[in-house]
Amino acid sequence: MIDKKWIGHELPPAVLPIERTRLQFFAKAIGETDPVYTDVTAAREAGYPDLPAPPTFLFAVELDSGAIDLLLERLEIPLPKLLHGEQGFSYHRPACVGDTVTVRSVIQDIYDKRDGALEFVVKTSSATNQRGELVAELRTVLVCRH
Amino acid sequence: MTVPTFDTVAVGDELPPLECPPVNRTLLALFGGASGDHNAIHLDLDFARKAGMPDVFAQGMLGMAWAGRLLTRWIPQARLRRFDVRFQGITHLGNGIRCTGRVVEKLEYEGERCVRIELQNTNQYGQSKIVGDALIALP
Repeated sequence: MIDKKWIGHELPPAVLPIERTRLQFFAKAIGETDPVYTDVTAAREAGYPDLPAPPTFLFAVELDSGAIDLLLERLEIPLPKLLHGEQGFSYHRPACVGDTVTVRSVIQDIYDKRDGALEFVVKTSSATNQRGELVAELRTVLVCRH
Repeated sequence: MTVPTFDTVAVGDELPPLECPPVNRTLLALFGGASGDHNAIHLDLDFARKAGMPDVFAQGMLGMAWAGRLLTRWIPQARLRRFDVRFQGITHLGNGIRCTGRVVEKLEYEGERCVRIELQNTNQYGQSKIVGDALIALP
């Protein structure tokens, strides 16, 4: 069982400078065809200073930083047992190439179902930019299956 | 892009569906690299089998990214206020995902006129993989 002492635990802040080639790679991987996400001119015509990060991109920040690996290690969730249960975003302002996004997360809840056959970890995060402005809030539910 | 407006959109309206190519190993490797998800269960057949899975399978966030494309084809991303999904089933190799969305509510949210979109990703056999909803502010 995952130790409930981790409820309230804060992960180390994860910092990601948003880079153009990374967003172009992400766009390619998801089959994005809208030039706003790959062509700086189109992005500027749409009112952005540079390419905007697509709606789900910010999930990468804590994967890149290793914060998620650390979370799994601390909570002793083995990768083979891990599933992604839910994911949510609420958006406050765009994150674009040139911005540096910092994600800070806290473990909100840990609970189980079916007599412990499934365990759930709820993590909430805030993403801010280099000016300290709130970009987005994230909510993640991870599932450990036994 | 012609942006839908609050007054012209009606409950029951459907977003133009998005058909995604069948999931293959190359796609999973590309998405793993691009999204920062290096979990070998999506990339390495040997690892997946040791974990008790018949084969590698798609990252949940790939399906959510596709659902995001469904939304940003309909409205500019700056109008998106909330986007929440539940991963219901594993998206396997060979699954061709169809993303659909339907207006289910018109409401005021934090002082803005919004619509709530119910989202679903299903494969070619009609199995649901992702359900969710999005809140979009409309002019």
